[in-house]
Amino acid sequence: MLVKLPIIEVKDLAFTYTGLKKPSIVDVNLNVEAGEFVVLTGPSGCGKTTVCRCLNGLIPHFYTGEMRGSVRVAGLNVRERLTSELAEHVGLVFQNPENQLFSLSVERDVAFGLENLNMPVSEIRRRVDWALGATGTLEIRSSAPYELSSGQQQRAAISAVLAMQPEIIVLDEPTSFLDPKSAKDILGVVAELNRKLGITIFLVEHRLDLVSRYADRVLVMDEGRVVLEGSPREVYGEKAYLIGVGLPKVSMLFHLLRKEGFSFNEVPITVDDASKELRRRLTS
Amino acid sequence: MIAVENLYFSYRDGAEVLHGVNLEIADGEFLAIMGENGAGKTTLIKHFNGLLKPNVGRVLVDGVDTRDSSVASLSRNVGIVFQNPSHQFFSETVREEVAFGLRNFGYSGEVVRKEVDRILETLELTRYAETSPFMLSGGEMKRVALASVLVWNPKHIILDEPTIGQDYRQKEKLRKLILQLNMQGKTVVIVTHDVEFVADCKPTVVLLSRGRVLGEGPAEEVLVNQKLVDEASLLRPQIAELMGSLLDLGVPGNVIDTFQARRILAKSLLRV
Repeated sequence: MLVKLPIIEVKDLAFTYTGLKKPSIVDVNLNVEAGEFVVLTGPSGCGKTTVCRCLNGLIPHFYTGEMRGSVRVAGLNVRERLTSELAEHVGLVFQNPENQLFSLSVERDVAFGLENLNMPVSEIRRRVDWALGATGTLEIRSSAPYELSSGQQQRAAISAVLAMQPEIIVLDEPTSFLDPKSAKDILGVVAELNRKLGITIFLVEHRLDLVSRYADRVLVMDEGRVVLEGSPREVYGEKAYLIGVGLPKVSMLFHLLRKEGFSFNEVPITVDDASKELRRRLTS
Repeated sequence: MIAVENLYFSYRDGAEVLHGVNLEIADGEFLAIMGENGAGKTTLIKHFNGLLKPNVGRVLVDGVDTRDSSVASLSRNVGIVFQNPSHQFFSETVREEVAFGLRNFGYSGEVVRKEVDRILETLELTRYAETSPFMLSGGEMKRVALASVLVWNPKHIILDEPTIGQDYRQKEKLRKLILQLNMQGKTVVIVTHDVEFVADCKPTVVLLSRGRVLGEGPAEEVLVNQKLVDEASLLRPQIAELMGSLLDLGVPGNVIDTFQARRILAKSLLRV
């Protein structure tokens, strides 16, 4: 039997930032398999960003504090490895693409990380082309980031991370600043990287309405702990909205109908699900 | 009233951002300006307190042409809360930050203290009064920025992307606060592309796309219009999509909020 080893393995993780008394995360245990698409959500300040920082070594190498437990990513213990080495395995995409882009052209930004690895120029060119192609940004390769829309900037930022050919991409609320259309497009790009290239996705997101169709698993954090975990259907079936999770409106609607006494086997996670179920009930 | 007449605007070294915008915002109205990233939404609202002046056309605030007035005097009536609060902070404590506007308008120390305490209380910020605003979380910073404007009680309140970085619970609080301000007779304008938030609040919606007004009307008319919504790079609210997919079963098509959908569907489900 083939045993799949987790590509992200977090055991009893707790972290307290220097200067703070209270730990930002506690008792976090997490196993993510290679190729999984995992969504992490929860109210503001619940510790989502801290978890992301632990996955690529920003904690403890850049943010100091007291770290307990262990984090292994792609077989590497993040405490013992340099962030530059980790960056080849796990890429991080931030909320605001402006914080990630600094060059005068998109392709310079995408090449930057590779140049730091002392890679031959021909290989850099090949990888830059490939990364731009994968996110649909070939036509804006010579544009300066400030000339681009936020959606294009975020695509460029993802290309820069992708060029390193990481096994895992961690995205921390990458759609917050984007209009709905651009947000949907970006999440589509992320889903494609997952499906076509098998890249493991760890996505922090509030917009569950747009991401549910892609997620294998949803984790909900509250006050530093993981409090709910399961498939989107399982998690949205629980009362996650009580702790400040914005469930998709169609899922909320079914919770409200349940309260009125209508019973449903499952809570829908997309408009299509909801539409089919209501049609079945209304025409039977 | 804020009246925008045939407004054209370009930044000094860039292309034209607004191409002939006409818009009337009545006193006490609740309005959402929606549209894609880069549509010109923020540029438009910066005209409301004179931060930007039209190249062509004019903006009248309560009858005063913004070109004939200063930002300081227009701001008394028009309070704008910008998207990125940390760009506007400069004080060492939340209390000082929030007091700044009132002090500038020349109120006495005692009035300032009283009003600041009151607004900090309303926005659940009292415990941070002596904290540096830069130490707060994104959501808390947004509330401080809001407090620093609401404190001087402007007649027209403009909020640029108030829901970014806010979770569901905070959005619900924000929604209640906005409705409360509006009930008190304030004009409230929100700039946003959060369609679900707008579906919950149901303001009048103005769609702005590439520097032009695409359309305006009640939220439940504008946001169900697939063509308009596409053109403005928005998506229809989920409930609108759901109800729209069931039109042939006699479900009304202009429903955008969850509670109304529940009422309608509960009735239909009881009938079968």
